[in-house]
Amino acid sequence: MSGAAPTTPAGPSRAIARWTRLSAGFTSGFGGLVIALVFVPVAFGANTTQEMTTLLILVLMAVMWNALAGYGGLVSIGQQAYIGLGAYATVWLANHSVNPYLAMVLATLFCGVVAIPLSFLMLRFRGAQFAIGTWVVAEALAIYVSFDNALGAGSGTSLSQIDSYAPGPREHYTYWLTLAMTAFFIGVLFVLLRSRLGSSLQAIRDDEDAAASVGVRVVAGKRILFLLAATGAGAAGAMTLANTLFIEPTAIFSVNYTALMIFMVLVGGLGTFEGPIIGAIVLYVIQNQFGNNGTWYLVGLGGAAMAFALLMPRGLWGTLEERSGLRFMPVGYRVGSASTLPAEEAQ
Amino acid sequence: MIWVNDVVQGILLGGFYGLLACGLALMFGLMRIINLAHGDLAVLGAYLIFLLLEHWHVSPFLGLLPVLPVMLGLGYLLQRTILERSLRSGLLVPLLTTFGLSIVIQNLLQQSFSPDVQSLGASAGSVATASWQITSQLSISAIGALTLGVAVLIFGGLQLYLSRTSSGRRMRATAQDPDTAELVGIDSRAVYARATAIAVAIAAIGGMFLAIRSDFYPYSGPTHLIFAFEAVVIGGLGSSLWGTLAGGIVLGVAQTIGGQINPEYPVLAGHLVFLLVLLSPRGGILNLRRAMA
Repeated sequence: MSGAAPTTPAGPSRAIARWTRLSAGFTSGFGGLVIALVFVPVAFGANTTQEMTTLLILVLMAVMWNALAGYGGLVSIGQQAYIGLGAYATVWLANHSVNPYLAMVLATLFCGVVAIPLSFLMLRFRGAQFAIGTWVVAEALAIYVSFDNALGAGSGTSLSQIDSYAPGPREHYTYWLTLAMTAFFIGVLFVLLRSRLGSSLQAIRDDEDAAASVGVRVVAGKRILFLLAATGAGAAGAMTLANTLFIEPTAIFSVNYTALMIFMVLVGGLGTFEGPIIGAIVLYVIQNQFGNNGTWYLVGLGGAAMAFALLMPRGLWGTLEERSGLRFMPVGYRVGSASTLPAEEAQ
Repeated sequence: MIWVNDVVQGILLGGFYGLLACGLALMFGLMRIINLAHGDLAVLGAYLIFLLLEHWHVSPFLGLLPVLPVMLGLGYLLQRTILERSLRSGLLVPLLTTFGLSIVIQNLLQQSFSPDVQSLGASAGSVATASWQITSQLSISAIGALTLGVAVLIFGGLQLYLSRTSSGRRMRATAQDPDTAELVGIDSRAVYARATAIAVAIAAIGGMFLAIRSDFYPYSGPTHLIFAFEAVVIGGLGSSLWGTLAGGIVLGVAQTIGGQINPEYPVLAGHLVFLLVLLSPRGGILNLRRAMA
């Protein structure tokens, strides 16, 4: 904290505002984008549709990890637990003659339900205990699934029931469901952050003990984020299965999913609303451009993660917001027309 | 008698986990760094020994000797160039930094060595295979006993260093309160660099035992890292060194007994015991003795 926070002179016109002309325009632009995205399968070919499904899943994963870490201060390295659970619950339901698309929605809800008892366990932990604890839970689930012969055990299983749809319409349905899930979870986070809870969550993230001392219900706030992030990651898992049609325990429960989430959020901007979406697009472009170069590509990805953590800890979007003083989505409060915000040291 | 054997094997296995966890606990206890690259640093140590053994056909224990100073230097540089910058902002930035480092190390290993599974077991000679038969159901493997012995030596040595030397006392002071330590003239950055150097060197020793006991490949770090983390958390998060070794032993015994109940479940049993221990009122049963903080 630099002591030289510029204090703007208080005037009679100063009022607390959420909406600015920019954020109103940006929010409606966001809504318009979602509507426009609905028509992607109609306007473009099957290839684009599938690519866009992949991108949307990345966006969902990043936004959900950011909800947990960026707004709740809960650093998880175990979100792959819900990705795997969402995918495997879909397979299980489809095996019990539930329509595969309905199964994806139900599996998503199932992840939220499973997260309730887990939240009582995990939210007892702080910091490192939480990070390691979530990872251990994910590993335990992976082992458990890999012993279940009905789910293909260690060698994996596929969503064969989805073959009842022709490949063309199938990709469209998968895309639309992914879009609906992604838009839904981003919408829920948006509403949450604008509610009373939003301010208390950010208070928790900044200083848990201080927040508790002024009457913020810390555990309740964290639990909501924990459940939201689990359900969202479950949706991402179900949609990953729909997009790839085959899963195996070691891959779908792989810590690499969390690695990708961390990368996207880090690059885009931790604790910013738009940042994870930017990060997901960046990762998607990188994957498409350099993905074939194998190990050197991964070395670059790891190096980039380090560089962002050390040199640009606020990520692309956080840095942009900081430099420009602009807020694009109305998830916070603004005092009057102050265009310069307290400058924090970049390090 | 079969349970006695399980407990004994678990204790021996726990020595190995403790060894892997030692550097992790040191760095977490001192700097609150969750070093996600620790497992990869151990595997890097194994590969460096492997590299030496390819040129000179010596025992891995001899190969470790030149590798240790290299890893000490590497740890020192790592702290001075990268980790030091990450320390100022809580838990998250060091975690993200070491996460990036982990991916870099894994893939540089993949690039430099073949993705094949390697082992140093064969070059270690009879130590890797010998065992003492105590009774018909109880036997102690030489490598297990050696690992536990080395672990006890390293934990003991580190404990002596921390409690008896002035350099160690500076490290304990910094662990308790870096700002106050700075006030009385301790250069905390030098202390941190020394600690990371020690931690990385111990990781290499753990890596050598890993390579002798089983096999390794460029991406095998995280598989072992999670056990090491469990040992650290059970042992009270680096607040006590011996706690970490005890945490490793608790995990090892849980795994061997779990494996006795059902051969498929050793790792799962370890995870469950880890969660149970965390849930106990103290959040880590071994959080009793505090040597460092």
